[in-house]
Amino acid sequence: MSIPSLKTLSAAAAVDQRPVKIACESLWKIYGENARSFLRSKGAAASPEDIAAANVVVAVKNVNLKVREGETFIVMGLSGSGKSTLVRCLSRLVEPTAGQVLLDGKDLLQATDTELIEIRRHKMGMVFQNFALLPHLTVLENVAFPLSVQGAPRAERESRAREVIELVSLTGRENFYPRELSGGQQQRVGIARSLAVRPEVWFLDEPFSALDPLIRREMQAEIARLQSVLKKTVVFITHDIDEAIRLGDRIAIMKDGEVIQVGTPEDLVIEPATPYVADFTRDVPRAKVMSASRLMKPVAHSPENYGGIVRSTDKIASFAPAIVRAKKPFGVADESGVVVGEIAFEDVIDLLAGVSDRESDGRLP
Amino acid sequence: MSRALSIEGMVSEPVSFHALAWAAALLGTVLLFVFPDALPWAVKYPSWAVVPFADAMSAVMNFLKTYFSWLTRGITDVLSVPLGFVTGLLAKGWKIGSGPDAWMIPRVSWVGIVAAFTIAGYALGGARLASLAAGCMLYVAIFGQWDSTMLTLSLIVVAVPLCILIGVAIGIVGFRRPGVDAFVISPALDFMQTVPTFAYLLPMLLLFGTNPVAAVIATAIFSIPPMVRATTLALQRVPAEIDDLGSMVGCSPRQKLYRVLLPSGRPLLMVGVNQVIMLALNMVIIASMIGAGGLGYDVLLALRALKIGPGMEAGLAIVVIAIVLDRLSQAAATYRPAAAIPGAPVWQNHPYLSFALLVLVVTTLLSLAFPPLGSLPKAWTVSTGPMWKAAIDWINVNYFDAIDAFRTSLIVWVLNPVRNFLEGFPWLAAVTLLSLAGYTLGGLRLVLVVLPLTLFCAVTGLWEKSMATLYLCGVATAISLLIGVPIGLYAARSDRFQAFITPILDTLQTLPSFCFIIPVVMLFRVGDVTALIATVLFAIVPAIRYTNHGIRQIPVSLIEAAKVSGCTPRQTFWRVQLPLALPEIMLGINQTVLLALSMIIICAMIGTRDLGQEVFIALAKADAGRGITAGIAIAFIGIVADRLLRALARRAQSNLGLA
Ligand SMILES: Nc1ncnc2c1ncn2[C@@H]1O[C@H](COP(=O)(O)OP(=O)(O)O)[C@@H](O)[C@H]1O
Ligand SMILES: [Mg+2]
Repeated sequence: MSIPSLKTLSAAAAVDQRPVKIACESLWKIYGENARSFLRSKGAAASPEDIAAANVVVAVKNVNLKVREGETFIVMGLSGSGKSTLVRCLSRLVEPTAGQVLLDGKDLLQATDTELIEIRRHKMGMVFQNFALLPHLTVLENVAFPLSVQGAPRAERESRAREVIELVSLTGRENFYPRELSGGQQQRVGIARSLAVRPEVWFLDEPFSALDPLIRREMQAEIARLQSVLKKTVVFITHDIDEAIRLGDRIAIMKDGEVIQVGTPEDLVIEPATPYVADFTRDVPRAKVMSASRLMKPVAHSPENYGGIVRSTDKIASFAPAIVRAKKPFGVADESGVVVGEIAFEDVIDLLAGVSDRESDGRLP
Repeated sequence: MSRALSIEGMVSEPVSFHALAWAAALLGTVLLFVFPDALPWAVKYPSWAVVPFADAMSAVMNFLKTYFSWLTRGITDVLSVPLGFVTGLLAKGWKIGSGPDAWMIPRVSWVGIVAAFTIAGYALGGARLASLAAGCMLYVAIFGQWDSTMLTLSLIVVAVPLCILIGVAIGIVGFRRPGVDAFVISPALDFMQTVPTFAYLLPMLLLFGTNPVAAVIATAIFSIPPMVRATTLALQRVPAEIDDLGSMVGCSPRQKLYRVLLPSGRPLLMVGVNQVIMLALNMVIIASMIGAGGLGYDVLLALRALKIGPGMEAGLAIVVIAIVLDRLSQAAATYRPAAAIPGAPVWQNHPYLSFALLVLVVTTLLSLAFPPLGSLPKAWTVSTGPMWKAAIDWINVNYFDAIDAFRTSLIVWVLNPVRNFLEGFPWLAAVTLLSLAGYTLGGLRLVLVVLPLTLFCAVTGLWEKSMATLYLCGVATAISLLIGVPIGLYAARSDRFQAFITPILDTLQTLPSFCFIIPVVMLFRVGDVTALIATVLFAIVPAIRYTNHGIRQIPVSLIEAAKVSGCTPRQTFWRVQLPLALPEIMLGINQTVLLALSMIIICAMIGTRDLGQEVFIALAKADAGRGITAGIAIAFIGIVADRLLRALARRAQSNLGLA
């Protein structure tokens, strides 16, 4: 099959060229009194019995990640899998037991307290699951708070705060207290506050888990919109696979402190590394994550027989109705417009009906 | 005994040794009781073995007094400034110049203060709180207690902020250094909260003399513990996310503390403030013995002279002030102001405050022209004194026989037997049995608390007095439980009864301990019976509260399960509700014991013969060593009782699988 070679053409190839913004190497976080000695004696080979015997919790286990500039990187896993701890290690809210955290190539763990304060003031922003709004401050004061901590003059910080408040569509609520707002509005304040300092890295720890499903949808759209304008480096935590797929460029799946697979939504759905990942992605509609290049076959028809031309990066779902209606093959073009393959409408119907290659392969022999 | 047996049932090697120890100790006790002459030194602590701890304490105090007088004088001078200012403002006014040319800057008009309290009530709690505040303050004015009340209030106004500042500072240290908190601050606070109020007065009296400053300092120290506790707790309870937020926006440790953590902990801090105010009121009253003046002094004078009318009047004024301060500060804890509009004038953003200030200034200025606004003329006030006297006289005339019979039978049939039993109890046996109980309930750790503390009471030669304290405290606790637990049980079954009794309990709980003595002493005169009744009134509240809560907190599903299993209401109660509520009830008993102890000590004023009396006499003679030693002994009794009862409650809890 020619598919593997075509895959390298897809979006992932373009991402690779962006510089790495924040990364971690062999990162460990172990809670417990004898965390360090445990790591030295047992390390990666520790069995669950060892862990229980040493009375420690291995929250983050030998994690290696690279997040590129402008990328929306999702960390996903069930609750207790170590997502929050991992992200708190990246911002050094939690001191890792071992390993490295690199921000712009510099080791964050070597930073002194004052350097760390400076880095957090200017390069990082964070949104919290339960909003973490200060109850004694109004919306305006909450949003301006990071600037006020830096000692910015009142007029300056208030005008910046008004800007971000407008960005999250909360204009008119500046003088409300958090308790007077709905959950969704409160989280908008949290988002505005985290953006007030124009951070380079934006951490969001399950920002929408405390919200109702409808509001959650709305807020996801909001984040997608903001990110299309701001193009921050985003590290976003969630336990909701739909949210991950909707927002993420790449997704890391965590289980018991370990990252078991990192990839685009497409990678995870189509080539899950373990049955655990497959379980996670079972109910994701394939057509939504799969791009045309995945389903395309070598050119077999002449262009006049095509019902239409799509780009290799287009998701199947985006042209599925058209191809099904046309009942004709579609041509697939690369970035420069050259047709490099075609898609049979029968394959799309199979995909929509949930008959995947894998399953038919398994049934035929 | 039954405990020893039940433990034997658990079968294991050290346990049978344990049971043997109990058996031996009990046997020894009985033998000592029957043949006290066999080992006289084990029955009565021999006087030749008394450690002169009191003398040592006196020496220390004298040393402090001699070499630190510069410090005490300095503190006095510094504190006199705000105290003088506030007293002038609220109570006395200022005299400028002397002789015939002298003229007065008047104190704040009473009308203004009544109005200010009313406005505060309205701002914090609407019309209801406003009318409560107005009613109470008017009562104070009209019934002629204004001057004394303002003096008392001045001391509180100075002591409370001092206390809050120091308390918050210590609380922050406790939060930042958990080690210091666990090993220094918490034990110190535990100790401070069991030392009787009197004992605070003694060192202050010695170091600062008899004057209002000494009273303010004693009050501030006495009222600090809840503020420290509330601060540490408030900081610990701030959600982790808020703490993370502080770090993520790049707060320095200082910024984080003052701009993130403390403001987020405000509700709990305000609970601390409420407690500080109530304790301060309690203490300011008692500190009248070392020159605080005000309402406490009026009560003290009335009690000494057994003047019914003035005593009741001043006592009621204390009650009224306690209620006002409590309700206002509670409302302030939950008060959430509307957001200030930036750029708007002050009176628009703070309308109530501005209005109150305006009224105060205007009425005070008017009082220059119209003196009754400054102080209400005597002729306009009403005295209830004669009425109270008449009422009490009437009761005494008509029911003297009944009251006296009650009193006598209580003494003859209850008090004296218990007292004789306890005072004759061999001290060595008591120390041994208590230590063993400590071992059974909490292992060696608890023994290390119980043994030295009980030994202290014996070794300092205070054993008999300790037993006298224990006897009153024990009888008062028993009566409180006999009355309180059934009331609590009934309250748990009837919502209407609970609604009826809750405000009564709230009020009982806010009243300074002094207030309980006054009415009782009028009916039963001085002595142990009066002390007992006043103590029961004071200590019964937690017995009722915890019982009620213990029953009510049982999950409905459990009760339903019992019903479905066919339990009759009686069975449900005895087999399900009561056992499940037991740990909570035991915590209530613990509180009752501690309250009873603190009250019994104050009852020394009305002639009990226990450790409290020891402190009281020492206070009169300014004998620091004697008073402080007795104070420490009282604190130790409290700590031992507290630790043993808590261990018992914990055991009950773990038996239910709750702990
Ligand atoms: N401060 C802590 N002390 C001990 N264990 C912790 C602490 N914080 C988190 N853990 C443990 O680390 C594991 C990972 O937690 P967390 O990172 O919060 O998971 P997630 O965010 O994925 O739900 C959990 O088992 C949790 O109990
Ligand atoms: Mg989490």
